[in-house]
Amino acid sequence: MLFVKTERRPQDDLVVRGARVVDPVEGLDAVCDVRVDGGTVAQLGTSLEANGHRVVQGAGLVLAPAFVDPHVHLRVPGREDEETIASGTAAAAAGGYCAILAMPNTDPVVDSAAVLGSLIDDAQADAEVQVGFLAAITRGQEGGELTEMAELADHGAAGFSDDGRPVVAPGLMRRALQYHGITGRRLALHCEEPTLSSRGQMHEGAVSAELGFAGYPSIAESVMVERDLALAAFEDEPLHLLHLSARESVEALQAAQAKGVAATAEVTPHHLCLTDEAVRTLDPNLKMNPPLRSAEDRVALVDGLRDGTIAAVATDHAPHARHEKEVPFEAAPFGVTGLETAFAALYKGLVEPGLIPLETLLERMSAGPARLYGLERPRIAVGAPANLVLLDTAATWRVEEDGFRSRSANSWALGQTLQGRVRMTVAAGRVAFDG
Amino acid sequence: MGDIHVMREGFLPPKPPPRRHLISIGDLTRDDVERLLATARSFSRSLEREVKKLPTLRGYTVVNVFYESSTRTSSSFELAAKRLSADTMSIKAAGSSVDKGESLKDTALTLGAYDPDVIVIRHPQIGAPQLVARYTGAHVVNAGDGKHQHPTQALLDLYTIREQVGPIDGLHVAIVGDVLHSRVARSNIQALTLMGASVTLVGPPPLLPRGIEAMGCTLSHDIGAIASADVVYVLRMQQERMQEGANYVPSLREYTARWGVTPDRLRPGQKVMHPGPMNRGVEIDPRVADAADALIETQVRAGLVVRMAVLYDLLTTGPASVKTPEPLEVA
Repeated sequence: MLFVKTERRPQDDLVVRGARVVDPVEGLDAVCDVRVDGGTVAQLGTSLEANGHRVVQGAGLVLAPAFVDPHVHLRVPGREDEETIASGTAAAAAGGYCAILAMPNTDPVVDSAAVLGSLIDDAQADAEVQVGFLAAITRGQEGGELTEMAELADHGAAGFSDDGRPVVAPGLMRRALQYHGITGRRLALHCEEPTLSSRGQMHEGAVSAELGFAGYPSIAESVMVERDLALAAFEDEPLHLLHLSARESVEALQAAQAKGVAATAEVTPHHLCLTDEAVRTLDPNLKMNPPLRSAEDRVALVDGLRDGTIAAVATDHAPHARHEKEVPFEAAPFGVTGLETAFAALYKGLVEPGLIPLETLLERMSAGPARLYGLERPRIAVGAPANLVLLDTAATWRVEEDGFRSRSANSWALGQTLQGRVRMTVAAGRVAFDG
Repeated sequence: MGDIHVMREGFLPPKPPPRRHLISIGDLTRDDVERLLATARSFSRSLEREVKKLPTLRGYTVVNVFYESSTRTSSSFELAAKRLSADTMSIKAAGSSVDKGESLKDTALTLGAYDPDVIVIRHPQIGAPQLVARYTGAHVVNAGDGKHQHPTQALLDLYTIREQVGPIDGLHVAIVGDVLHSRVARSNIQALTLMGASVTLVGPPPLLPRGIEAMGCTLSHDIGAIASADVVYVLRMQQERMQEGANYVPSLREYTARWGVTPDRLRPGQKVMHPGPMNRGVEIDPRVADAADALIETQVRAGLVVRMAVLYDLLTTGPASVKTPEPLEVA
């Protein structure tokens, strides 16, 4: 389900010395050395022999399982000017990610084995970190008829999503859930009731009322979340909720989980760090779907991430060409980039102020998202493939337009000073980023 | 949870460098408004003279760019600039490069290359004036951006009320109709509350946006709420909004029956205002529009002197004005 550049270059030999090694799932939190032999974690201990390996000084840094992003738009095929597999995975590596999942809302849509197969070929030629591809739930993501999900799963689809659009018809959504029993690959749902979101530009509330933007109310998301959870309960099938934004959605998820529905969810760094107040700047890099919501919604999202109701952080990295965002807010497309700023934004926004412990954030950015799609969890344990990130949590840095490895710079954090820097990423046994 | 507000501020984008524009009433202080209204008043006296043209802004260039149709606003900005002896140029979207798909950024860069002192812009999208301000060195005046702001309309309304009704502090103004789609309403709520008036919004629930009471006004769905107002401000019922099953109101007929401003819903002496263009017989009864208490033509006249004051203020009073101002020659 995950694909990476097949290289003749041998996997790396490393010794990381003296870092604080944290793997929350393994119960590991100790200052020690970690040796990687041929791309596999070989030994943890103190004063390990270098044995001719490259030595990385880790004193004062945190070494953790590398991150997994379950929600990225790589824009291929169709918009290679905005992102490619090479640039998107390089950006992921720079953000500390060893694996990412790409959404199928491309041009053409990933709704056939042929399109999926060509993407897998491209990933095996170009991907700097492991990539999985979700396929569409409905043909052309038009909400009319199901894709050939069993065949797509056989060809390596990591899951299914019409992300960018909801599956509007409840009958069709029910069929997709029933079919999940055949494919076993997670359905990932963009929850939006289109007659309620109706051309909305931002969260409906006091800020939209004052600015005059058409409102996209919380209920447009939560009413669909509740419908999908009800269908999942009825069919007794699991599902995954993409990019939650509203307090009511978190509450509905919590209630469904308590009743035993196998529902999971993700949340983005921007929904965790910002509220609709930020839209007062009219900056098109603050326009995304779902929109930034109120302070109360933000609190519910942070609480949900902390207590595990929300299992994963997902960037919803959505590159857009510069000229498409240099327009008035209403004319701009939805979406912002996030791969290269996620950890630093969340460290500054959640860990530094004491809202979430570092260990929790590390789990929600790595093991949590891996679990959603049944991927192998990055871990720091002898014998595990080396998927590691070395973090400098004290470093502050300014987000600059020319500092991105992504082909696009439509970051909501542009011009801001963040805290926490990725120093090195090891993905599938190879050094993928070396800052 | 920690203090959410502290966190949020930590992520706000950096503020742009200060330059004087008129983009939103929200950018003005009460002193700014007082100064603008006083300037407008002195210009109104100068217009009573036989020769109405003042040399005050000679040598300055004012460019009007209108991406939406307009009679009142575009003509009064053009005349205001001419009365002050500025050079003016008016561009309409139809027939310009906009028809060829030119982006607003490129249009702004093109106009900016002529070094205009002021760009007056009307655009159907919120934030267009900020975008023009970012890509040109000119002072930018917002002549209406989408449903966001129409600051010179609010200023001319304040001017009209002060001249015709009296001090604004303590007045009660009812704004009736389609607040949801109205930039005039948003600017006026800010302007009136800034100057100490109390504002009640009256209309059907779908046309009073959720959360708008945070701007400091009260809401009523009952047209009877206008009875206690000193001024009844009637908004245009935008017929284009009522098409294709939008269902903001079931029909204009039902709207008029419930929320139309008619003589029997007013008490004698209540002043009635409307930003125009009016839909007679829809939001406003023709007898109300033509009555002595209607200030609608006065508003149009006020538009000229207020826009003169705005141009004058931007070019001569600001801390970052583009050129050294000529001496004040207002009568």
